[in-house]
Amino acid sequence: MKTVGVLALQGSFREHLKLLGQIEGIHPIPVKNVQTLQQVDGIILPGGESTTQGKLLKDFSLLEPLKERILSGLPVWGTCAGTILLAKQIAGDEPPHLGVMDITIRRNAYGGQLDSFIDETIIPAVSAQKIPLVFIRAPWIDKTEDNVKVLASLNGKVIAAKQGQMLATSFHPELTYDLSFHQYFIDQIIK
Amino acid sequence: MNKQYELNKNLAQMLKGGVIMDVTNAKQAEIAQAAGAVAVMALERVPSDIRKEGGVARMSDPKMIKEIKSTVSIPVMAKCRIGHFVEAQVLESLGIDYIDESEVLTPADDNFHIDKHAFKIPFVCGARNLGEALRRIGEGAAMIRTKGEAGTGNIVEAVRHMRTVTSEIHRIHGLPAEELMTIAKELGAPYQLIVEVAKNGKLPVVNFAAGGVATPADAALMMQLGSEGVFVGSGIFKSDNPEKRARAIVKATTYYDKPEIIAEVSEDLGEAIKGVELSSLSPEEHLANRGW
Repeated sequence: MKTVGVLALQGSFREHLKLLGQIEGIHPIPVKNVQTLQQVDGIILPGGESTTQGKLLKDFSLLEPLKERILSGLPVWGTCAGTILLAKQIAGDEPPHLGVMDITIRRNAYGGQLDSFIDETIIPAVSAQKIPLVFIRAPWIDKTEDNVKVLASLNGKVIAAKQGQMLATSFHPELTYDLSFHQYFIDQIIK
Repeated sequence: MNKQYELNKNLAQMLKGGVIMDVTNAKQAEIAQAAGAVAVMALERVPSDIRKEGGVARMSDPKMIKEIKSTVSIPVMAKCRIGHFVEAQVLESLGIDYIDESEVLTPADDNFHIDKHAFKIPFVCGARNLGEALRRIGEGAAMIRTKGEAGTGNIVEAVRHMRTVTSEIHRIHGLPAEELMTIAKELGAPYQLIVEVAKNGKLPVVNFAAGGVATPADAALMMQLGSEGVFVGSGIFKSDNPEKRARAIVKATTYYDKPEIIAEVSEDLGEAIKGVELSSLSPEEHLANRGW
């Protein structure tokens, strides 16, 4: 049994918890404080507003403990806002939040809500089947350092990447019924 | 279901657990974002001023909305009058993220709401009960909020509306199929949406609280009653210390089930919005009665 946490300060954490609940051998828990953070074997940083989540992480003294756990090897996966929290650099001079992953992220890269879109693609590392990709006011990854592996691109923009035990996607698998990314995170990164 | 409508419901999911704040200029928008708001609602006058000053309340100046949009990175919402589909077209053309077809502004049509399916941009609408919520969703709203009683700093109506929606959902959840058409008739709601609610036991879109939230405890109360997030209108920028109150309401919305945290953030906030006792309002002054 693996305990997988979902950061539950704001955003689409219930959606992640629900999908994790469908995977055998996984005990999903919401993480809102340091005590629960210490219990998890991996953590998902959900979609939502990165400025809000980053501020709450700091205000409730979760930022440093989470950063420390990630730096000492805790498997982590950020979706959309979560990816922004992970990035070492945010395009446009915004200060980073956790700043643990060697990527430069561009917020609202596609535009506002009128530019949100759904697409699908095959991501060979994750699944042989097409995966639905939901982009909501989404970022893309502008730049990756050499130690970062690009998992997927769309129209020339990096939308999924991996660095060691850190996974980043600019889209939202938690808004679909497709479990392949959650399965990938558990099978390839946590176990 | 079309893709755009799904995406529009999805954006509301991203706002969950957050606070959406009314702002009247770029400076306030910046304060709201720095305090941790998940979105801002751009409008010329907050509801308590609309109440005080009277007259016709309309969509805000596009220039002000554009300034706010260029100032913040979080989603920007703006209000149009009930039934005023041209104001909605104008707001959509500005490229903002959400439109609130709002009873806080003076209705432009006393029979019909906007056909929200005709738009690409998402809409949020107010509701006092399940029937009203499902009528708005039937017209294409991608998010619902309680109406409450805006600009009063009095939470009682928001509580009533949230409790009403919840208890009506409980009442129909799991009912046998043959009862549902009569329920649809009673509530004045689209049959297909009644079927969906009876099956899932929840609204098909995200549901926030609005109208009268003035304190961190008010926000947490609405969250404990099942709200998925909170709109705060006059409550922040009509209080003594907007910055501090805004931050406190954000924290109380996240930790709504932790009284010790709500206590801590409620300390020393200064005066809240003065507030209005609802029995002192004439029936025409009840904004929640606008909408059909």
